[in-house]
Amino acid sequence: MSERFLMKGNEALAEAAMRSGCRFFFGYPITPQTELAAYMAKQMPKNNGVFLQAESEVAAINMVYGAAGAGARVMTSSSSPGISLKSEGISYIAGADLPCVIVDIVRGGPGLGGIQPAQSDYFQATRGGGHGDYQILVYAPSSVQEIVTLTAKAFDKADEYRMPAMIMGDGMLGQMMEPVEFFDKRDESTLPEKPWATTGTGLKREKNIINSLYLKPEELENKVIARYKRYDKVKEKETMFEEYFTEDADVIIAAYGTVARIALSSVRLARQEGFKVGLIRPITLWPFPEKIFAKRSETAKQFMCVELSMGQMIEDVRLAVNGKCSVSFYGRTGGMVPNQEEILEAIKKLF
Amino acid sequence: MKTVFEKPHSLSDVSTTYCPGCTHGIIHRLVAEVIDELGVEGKTIGVAPVGCSVTAYDFFNFDVQQAAHGRAPAVATGIKRVHPDNIVFTYQGDGDLAAIGTAETVHAAARSENITVIFVNNAIYGMTGGQMAPTSLVGQVTQTTPYGRKVENQGYPIRISEMLSQVEGAAYIERVSVDSIKNISNAKKAIKKAFECQINKEGFSLIEVLSTCPTNWGLEPEEALSWLRDNLMEHYPLGVYCDNRKEKGGCL
Repeated sequence: MSERFLMKGNEALAEAAMRSGCRFFFGYPITPQTELAAYMAKQMPKNNGVFLQAESEVAAINMVYGAAGAGARVMTSSSSPGISLKSEGISYIAGADLPCVIVDIVRGGPGLGGIQPAQSDYFQATRGGGHGDYQILVYAPSSVQEIVTLTAKAFDKADEYRMPAMIMGDGMLGQMMEPVEFFDKRDESTLPEKPWATTGTGLKREKNIINSLYLKPEELENKVIARYKRYDKVKEKETMFEEYFTEDADVIIAAYGTVARIALSSVRLARQEGFKVGLIRPITLWPFPEKIFAKRSETAKQFMCVELSMGQMIEDVRLAVNGKCSVSFYGRTGGMVPNQEEILEAIKKLF
Repeated sequence: MKTVFEKPHSLSDVSTTYCPGCTHGIIHRLVAEVIDELGVEGKTIGVAPVGCSVTAYDFFNFDVQQAAHGRAPAVATGIKRVHPDNIVFTYQGDGDLAAIGTAETVHAAARSENITVIFVNNAIYGMTGGQMAPTSLVGQVTQTTPYGRKVENQGYPIRISEMLSQVEGAAYIERVSVDSIKNISNAKKAIKKAFECQINKEGFSLIEVLSTCPTNWGLEPEEALSWLRDNLMEHYPLGVYCDNRKEKGGCL
């Protein structure tokens, strides 16, 4: 068994990124992702890498664009208001088919909001955020260990599908310490080839262009349609979820990230009291695990979505169950986090 | 037969999309000639802006990334950090560089990012049809200053070369013009110095090129060249504003 470390989520994420072959990090300070950038600042120079504190979130994401287009594994991290600023760049990265990893340690909003844990940026993450027809992969870990495995996956899948991947956590997940095991550092010679990258032609090949501009509408339409065909493949192959006690459940809770752990405790307590309740935890928020919701809607009587927001993922749950079951909601927002008893009470009211 | 004049290899064999009388074509050619002469085409990566030169990736024969409006120096920073031994330059207009991208420009200079910026200043937004630029002159009539630029309302034009010469990280800053044979020849020398500055790893270089926009200035090409000389050059004097290359004099 490999060595275990006690680490904060933010730090474990940074370590996992470097072990995944990421040698370039561009960011701008914001709470509550602070430890991630601090860890990068300290460790990147020791790993023959670059940590650069940019003049703005806007500059940071465009440095990511440049580095990604130049063929590197590259990452940036931020929190909600910073992701709003980065959204222009994320749209360009998606439009130029570039791979990169973006970390969003979500805090309460709108506006400057607060710095406590929230999930009120589900729409921003899964519905684009920036302009245009595009999607990004969105991974929602619920433990520090899962942060590590999903970070490695995010880099691989971003490269495989040439699209941005987001790790979406919240302040609680970023700040909490848990024991964690790491995989061995990736041998960089095993990273995927990127023959499309701008590395200089060396006078040996045709020029490479990184671009999202297509002035002819038929050309742009074809580009977007081709991208959506790739998205269909992502939906088919990359959807991830976990489920607990769902086969005989009358009520199924839907929750992701940190709050899914609290909700699972509530579900276990409810089971002990004889309530037939289960839980589905989406691990990818895009692609959303709609098939399992559709399947369970055949046997369950109702669903309840539990979120740290006023209800955003609930829209995807409703679309997935497609009117077969009622879908209710329990949530706290603005940085407030429900405890297991609170969710248990909400569950009992459904019976 | 001896060839005495030909298209630089660093330029693609396509027609440009620039208007008749526009000097972008000359500036493209100068950049391409310099890259050819320095023998760095194979390791050059350009960054195209948003504006008239947005499709510069079609006109150059080397790798190019197209950047979001104003973000070219940030994109170039990302590229250069990944490939520090490649030659990375941005090609930007006045709206792109001196309005929406001011922060990216100043901070790339402050970091002494080892890139070259070709800054084309024609005192107007060309691509969108002739709006006021940050470098439009006081009194200049544009689509968005139909009564002329007034300082009470739109403030003063920004002198980028002078401003950046105050930034410690700037290694070489020069303003040139392409209105005459003599000035075109000087512009090429300046562009070459800037690229050499990068090759020698001496830090951030920027060449501001005074350029014409006959279409949006509402002038014939020859009148536009005169207007550049009589007005732009008055407000934006030509010269070296900063030379912090090794064993050079320092900023003015």
